[in-house]
Amino acid sequence: MDSFKKASRGDRVFYVVITVFLTLFFLVVLYPCVYVVSASISSGAALNASKVTLFPVGFTLDSYKLVLADSTVWLSYGMSLFYTITGTFLSVALTMCGGYVLSRDDLPGGKIFITLFIIPMFFGGGMIPNYLLVSKLKLINTIWAVILPPSLSAYNLIVARTFIRTSIPREMFDAANIDGASDLRYFISVVLPLSKAIIAVECLFFGVGRWNTYFTPMLYLTEKKLYPLSLVIRQYLILNKINVDKLMDQEKAEQALNLVAGMKYALIVISTVPVMMLYPFVQKHFAKGVMIGSIKG
Amino acid sequence: MNTKGNTALRRPLGKRILDRWQLYLLLFLPLVFLIVFSYVPMYGVVLAFKDYKAGMTIAEAPWVGLEKFTKFLTSFKFTTILRNTLALSFYSLATFPIPIIFALMLNAMPGQRYKKLIQTVTYLPYFISTVIMIGIILSLLNERTGAWGSLYMNIFGRTAPNILAKGESFRHIYVWSGVWQSTGSGAVIYLAALSGVDPNLHEAAMIDGASRWQRVIHIDLPTILQTVSIMLILAIGNIMSVGADKALLMQNSMNMKYSEIISTYEYKIGLSADLPTDYSLSTAIGLFNSIINFILLIIADRVAKKLDGSGIF
Repeated sequence: MDSFKKASRGDRVFYVVITVFLTLFFLVVLYPCVYVVSASISSGAALNASKVTLFPVGFTLDSYKLVLADSTVWLSYGMSLFYTITGTFLSVALTMCGGYVLSRDDLPGGKIFITLFIIPMFFGGGMIPNYLLVSKLKLINTIWAVILPPSLSAYNLIVARTFIRTSIPREMFDAANIDGASDLRYFISVVLPLSKAIIAVECLFFGVGRWNTYFTPMLYLTEKKLYPLSLVIRQYLILNKINVDKLMDQEKAEQALNLVAGMKYALIVISTVPVMMLYPFVQKHFAKGVMIGSIKG
Repeated sequence: MNTKGNTALRRPLGKRILDRWQLYLLLFLPLVFLIVFSYVPMYGVVLAFKDYKAGMTIAEAPWVGLEKFTKFLTSFKFTTILRNTLALSFYSLATFPIPIIFALMLNAMPGQRYKKLIQTVTYLPYFISTVIMIGIILSLLNERTGAWGSLYMNIFGRTAPNILAKGESFRHIYVWSGVWQSTGSGAVIYLAALSGVDPNLHEAAMIDGASRWQRVIHIDLPTILQTVSIMLILAIGNIMSVGADKALLMQNSMNMKYSEIISTYEYKIGLSADLPTDYSLSTAIGLFNSIINFILLIIADRVAKKLDGSGIF
């Protein structure tokens, strides 16, 4: 729509100004990302001598080798994958079932149910009541403490409801009804296939949230073998609890200390790549999904 | 076509409910989760008015009225914590226009491919988790092994000062890392709204000799104003709910004077081993926070309704 060639002189100045601004911002966002990747494949000595500014210095994959040799990382990686996949599946299933039912205007008591779902969006029990509930259900230190409590999101359920109401015409239901489809059959054969866009966006939201969360697991898990990756990373990156002698024999300890900085960068790359890979798959549905989220219910 | 629906309405309620049994079946699980994980904890809020000791049930704990609230409001830490929370949230709120400006600029920029590239890359930080984000901040701002140290070394030829050890820098790092991370993703909603602008408006304005800048101000901006106002209401409603997760990870002994906020304090009083635990006091702190938030949300909503007739309720 806007073309530089056809623009007037004043508009050209305007275009140049915004392009410069956007390019600057683009570089500001890009630089730390590039730096992290470069640092992860640079030698520990170069890092400690502050030699890495943009491109890798003293190329080596030692940092990755160290990270991948650490069984704690592997185990928690597996746990994170498990939590993310089961949690996302559960969340999307609950959201779509609930969203579909509440989208039907011929459901006796529908209004009451919607109100029930909206109230928790504005008011919650808080940290301690939730903790007491989880411990009362005897879920502390089990995988269910991580999977179950955050699985229903009232907000996403309302978004799904709005999507189904606005994008699947009522005539569709009447036609299916005449052909003898039950409510369940209609949900499975018509609503779900037509809701691919919203399902994709929800998978992304829930999936990213699940993969990245650390606060809930931190509250409910003390058992190290149940830790998701985020908690292990917290120990390594932020609390600086990398067990160096476990990784190297004693005489190489000094060298190992050099490697710690690089290892942190490698960990960052390894844990962030899986979620970023999701993005291209759902990007085309994105604008639509976000837009629906903004329509007031 | 509608006859079935109409006859269904005239039938008795019991029969209508029975007709829709499959829908109730589908709603059953979401409803169970809602009641167990949202409504049961709401009952737990009564802890704020009780004196709970480990081993009791909630019902057994004796009522103490507003004692826990008074204890929090009069504790010597209260003013610092409140000041830190407000400073952080208002500082964050001040950056609210940045994604809007970004979206308006991106929308007006010529060159489809470059536009797409910028949008994709600036969106990517959305996927970085809080833990990783803080890990990146701590690593990049390291005075020796980080980008900050390397750049400083290259320009000034000596080791950089340790900015992470300066307590005052906590707020700036907190807020601007947020801007870095969420400008691209925050802009998506405005870009989606901008894509709905009627192209005829632009053509008509161009014929009348409007510059691109004038079209941004008089066409693009008014189009997204409704979205802006909804987002602003939500932002104001969240003003006190600066989450514990990010601040907690950024805390160290040197910035504690600036980084202790209501939610981190709620966590420490309730569930961490750092301070003597008091479940009731922690619940009271959380409740105090959400009440203030709720009031702010209502006020913002009423103001928005007065101003332009929009609002979220």
